[in-house]
Amino acid sequence: MGGYGDIKLLNDDGTRLDGRAVDEMRPVEIKAGVLPVADGSAWVKHGLNVAVAAVYGPMEAHPRKIQRQDRAVIDVRYNMAPFSTSDRIRPGFNRRSREISKVTAEALESVVLVERYPRSKIRVEIEILAAEAGTRCVGITAASVALADAGIPMRDMIVGVASGKIEGVVVLDLDKAEDNYGQADLPMGILPNTGEMAFLQMDGDLSVEEYNLACEYNYKAASEIHELMKQALLDSASRGDA
Amino acid sequence: MNSNDGGAELRLVVPGDQIDAPPGTQPGSGVCKRGDSLVATKLGELKIGGDVAHVVPTFTKYLPRSGDLVIGYVEAVMNNLWFLDVGGPFNALLPMSLAPWKVEFGAAREHMGYGDAVLARVMEVDETHSVVATMKGVGLRKIKEGVIFEMPPHLMGLVIGSNGRTLQRLKAASDCRIINTQNGRILIDGNSKGIAIARKALQMIEETGHAPGLHSRLNGILGDDE
Repeated sequence: MGGYGDIKLLNDDGTRLDGRAVDEMRPVEIKAGVLPVADGSAWVKHGLNVAVAAVYGPMEAHPRKIQRQDRAVIDVRYNMAPFSTSDRIRPGFNRRSREISKVTAEALESVVLVERYPRSKIRVEIEILAAEAGTRCVGITAASVALADAGIPMRDMIVGVASGKIEGVVVLDLDKAEDNYGQADLPMGILPNTGEMAFLQMDGDLSVEEYNLACEYNYKAASEIHELMKQALLDSASRGDA
Repeated sequence: MNSNDGGAELRLVVPGDQIDAPPGTQPGSGVCKRGDSLVATKLGELKIGGDVAHVVPTFTKYLPRSGDLVIGYVEAVMNNLWFLDVGGPFNALLPMSLAPWKVEFGAAREHMGYGDAVLARVMEVDETHSVVATMKGVGLRKIKEGVIFEMPPHLMGLVIGSNGRTLQRLKAASDCRIINTQNGRILIDGNSKGIAIARKALQMIEETGHAPGLHSRLNGILGDDE
């Protein structure tokens, strides 16, 4: 982030290196109910990112010190598989995965009706099998579908989307080169039905106009992804394996 | 995906979907209010009957309610009580005073140990979901014979069928005693051939119960319905 001078990320005709227009998203595929042993699960492929999320619970919260007498706690574990990137990632928790687990849990807590399950814990496992920029957004989308698949009551779903800036131009859904060499990244968690924002992070600098345009792109992409999420859940429910 | 079932409107909904209901419709289970409109909170079939809209979830975990008949497994034994796994978020507590035997303090293990299965009833559930079970009541006992089949609790309606018809057919075809409980555990007691028939039918309901044509598939296992 912050620009790398002479690296070209836009073609002369204004398209991006992979041929997408500035407001074009990478292809997205979503499946629900993919893991028979979990209470709810989802598989999301977003560009070259692949994430699997599994939900277990509600169950008794352990250790007891994490219990809340008036609500459930959401325990998120985000993890990138060692083979998910070109360089091997050392297995286990690191600072980045802790941060993403925390922001994901906080985003999900804003939509799950946690007050229905006092003293309980809802365990959400997000495993990134392949990474190509934007894994936290893919993880949030997968977790949201998996929670709905597990029958956890939610007031809305969350869609994870990101926009950013490359060569001074705001673009939707950064790929790996754009994420690494671009100037800004704006991942958001959007509640598609209410239009509320459950999480927002910004890496790099955006002017107010650029921020507004990035938000516009994100909201447009969120409504497209939301339709795919709904379809995946309805397909799973019709198959009877939800 | 709309159909009619005895005057009730059926539709699959996902969390966050706005529900088109006549004004004055009240939110039932799986539905909440957002401003003046109703919103689904679970994935499932929307049913609007009378002045209440509710969602019948396609999957849900068992949440104990007072009065539920349950099959529990002993998870831990203390001097004066047992902890039962009833499939909910929390273990149920079975105090020795609610056991069907006279139990001396410290002798709870002589009556039931880890892994034993019991037929019990949920006596009390408080606001923090603590559950107290009882074994005092007709038919409540320690399970010593038979097979326990685990069915997801949300599919128990399919096992029972309308007016208990499917369950009656299952009992007649297998010639077994079948006790279905609210936590999705089904006790099948009879000869091995009958148990095999009942298990096959229940397994089919678990795997393909939601798909159309359940009745004809059941006929294939249990014989024609007369």
